[in-house]
Amino acid sequence: MLDYIIRRVLYVIPIGLGVTVLVFALVHMSPGDPLSAVVPPDAPEEMVQDLRKAYGFDKPLPIQYVSWLGRVVTGDLGVSVARGREVVEELRIAVPNTFILAAGGTLLGFTLGAIFGGIAGYFQGRWIDKLATAIAITGVSVPHYWLGLVLVIIFSVEMNILPSIGMGPGGSTAWAWDAEHMRHLVLPVITLSVIPMGLITRTVRATVAEILNQEFVQALHAKGLFQRQVLAHIVRNAAPTTLAVMGLQLGYLLGGSILVETVFQWPGTGSLLNSAIFERDLPLLQGTILVLAMFFVLLNLMVDILQSAIDPRMSRR
Amino acid sequence: MMATPALDRKQQAAVDAAQVAVQSRGYWVTVAGRIRDDKVTIACGVMLLLIIFSAVFADLVALADPYKASMLKRLAPIGADGYPLGADEMGRDMLTRLLYGGRLSLFMGISPIVFALAIGGTLGLVAGFLGGRVNMAIMRVMDIFYAFPSVLLAVAISGALGAGIGNAIVSLTLVFIPPITRVTESVTTQVRALDYVEAARASGAGSFTIIRVHVLSNVLGPVFIYATSLISVSIILASGLSFLGLGTEPPEPEWGLMLNTLRQSIYVNPWVAALPGVMIFLTSLTFNLLSDGLRSAMDVRL
Repeated sequence: MLDYIIRRVLYVIPIGLGVTVLVFALVHMSPGDPLSAVVPPDAPEEMVQDLRKAYGFDKPLPIQYVSWLGRVVTGDLGVSVARGREVVEELRIAVPNTFILAAGGTLLGFTLGAIFGGIAGYFQGRWIDKLATAIAITGVSVPHYWLGLVLVIIFSVEMNILPSIGMGPGGSTAWAWDAEHMRHLVLPVITLSVIPMGLITRTVRATVAEILNQEFVQALHAKGLFQRQVLAHIVRNAAPTTLAVMGLQLGYLLGGSILVETVFQWPGTGSLLNSAIFERDLPLLQGTILVLAMFFVLLNLMVDILQSAIDPRMSRR
Repeated sequence: MMATPALDRKQQAAVDAAQVAVQSRGYWVTVAGRIRDDKVTIACGVMLLLIIFSAVFADLVALADPYKASMLKRLAPIGADGYPLGADEMGRDMLTRLLYGGRLSLFMGISPIVFALAIGGTLGLVAGFLGGRVNMAIMRVMDIFYAFPSVLLAVAISGALGAGIGNAIVSLTLVFIPPITRVTESVTTQVRALDYVEAARASGAGSFTIIRVHVLSNVLGPVFIYATSLISVSIILASGLSFLGLGTEPPEPEWGLMLNTLRQSIYVNPWVAALPGVMIFLTSLTFNLLSDGLRSAMDVRL
């Protein structure tokens, strides 16, 4: 197993490099001059050339890539063109905010999904299974940005009991564990939780149903174990698959909360991406995408290692 | 049982071929029978046809002009005189725009899957069939794309390329190529290891013939089912890009963009603002249920 873990960890290096190439290429294939965000259109040619040199945009792309990579490795993601601040500073504020949202969404989605999926798989074919399956397919089919809007309409516009935008009072951008911030968290977390809820319900249902059909469950019953003890065996067998789906979902929510953050004007990475795109702020765009992708790569790594720790068969693939 | 005289080799082959033919017809008859018994799938099929029909023939179905604005009717409520589903922030008839909106939303949602199926399917088939270095090269590149959550990848590519319908379709195609390649590769690898492929090779069939005759027919079903299950995600993402301002541009009617522009009006007329999302939801739900129904009817396990 150690062998597997080492191989898996080493595989992160080529993937990580590939990610940097892709992010770099992505930003540099965008049309238009990367300086257009800072330089007024009537600026003298001389000044434009100086700025081009200062940002290193005058060199050939492979050289730009290598020097960019060199800076990235030392933790320097450059300066946001539109905001004039370090990209790393912007991310230091935004990433924790997105993480709170994603973790809340995953936790809620996972809890509901595990309950619904467990019940559905255990009572396969009964009405309660059909209900849980219907909830699950609704969860994966609903456009979550629209669901967020509907929740705002119900709870903010019509009932006026929950705030519709922002993370805390007065446009707060720093999370605090107080009642006001928690109130702002409710609607975005519910919105984000529906997709993992649906996916985990389906996964757990299928896994539980499959395990129940295996002979060892009959053997456990035959051995005279209580229902409760048999259930414990089922949970342990369903854990690795469920864990993998949950880990991936956390990653998807980290990178995929942009739509929900836009609906709720949540001050996270999604809002950063949004403003980076519309202000054509390339360093900020590059840095945010890179950091989110790297989180996702590391999360995948952790899921794989945890999975192989729980289920040794995984590492023998 | 009656004793039958021994068949010679040619007769035996004909019998075998006939049996195969009976079996394969039997398969599709079974599938059709299963679909006929599955009320949910039938209902979804009808629903989907209705949605597609009303989008394609919006000219005939809709009563008003989707671009005709009216200052007086701005944000008219649902059920207003002459505006059965109200009017949007420019006073345009909502029902008409919802019908017309289906054209772009469906096109932007479905076409990336078609392109990704063509490109990813080919890549996966090649990777799975050839194996070795080619497989390594193709699949490792896909791994890099897998390092991005799909929404992030779509937004990143669209954001870099800029707003526009074409750019949105390009970015969504790139999002769906890796998963389709991966599924095609794994199915192809399984099929390639089967005995009859070995037999075909031993009898002198070339690679191209083996792929075309023996592999493709067995790979196509599962991959097709998988691709249909991606359509609902694609529709949600395509409208999501427009919702962010990265897809369609005003004044085109498109569900995601309508949701975006009406968002400013939720304090004036909230339920009209929610309508375009209902259409996205219904379409994506029907595609999901239909894909599930087809999957169980065709008995495909992925």
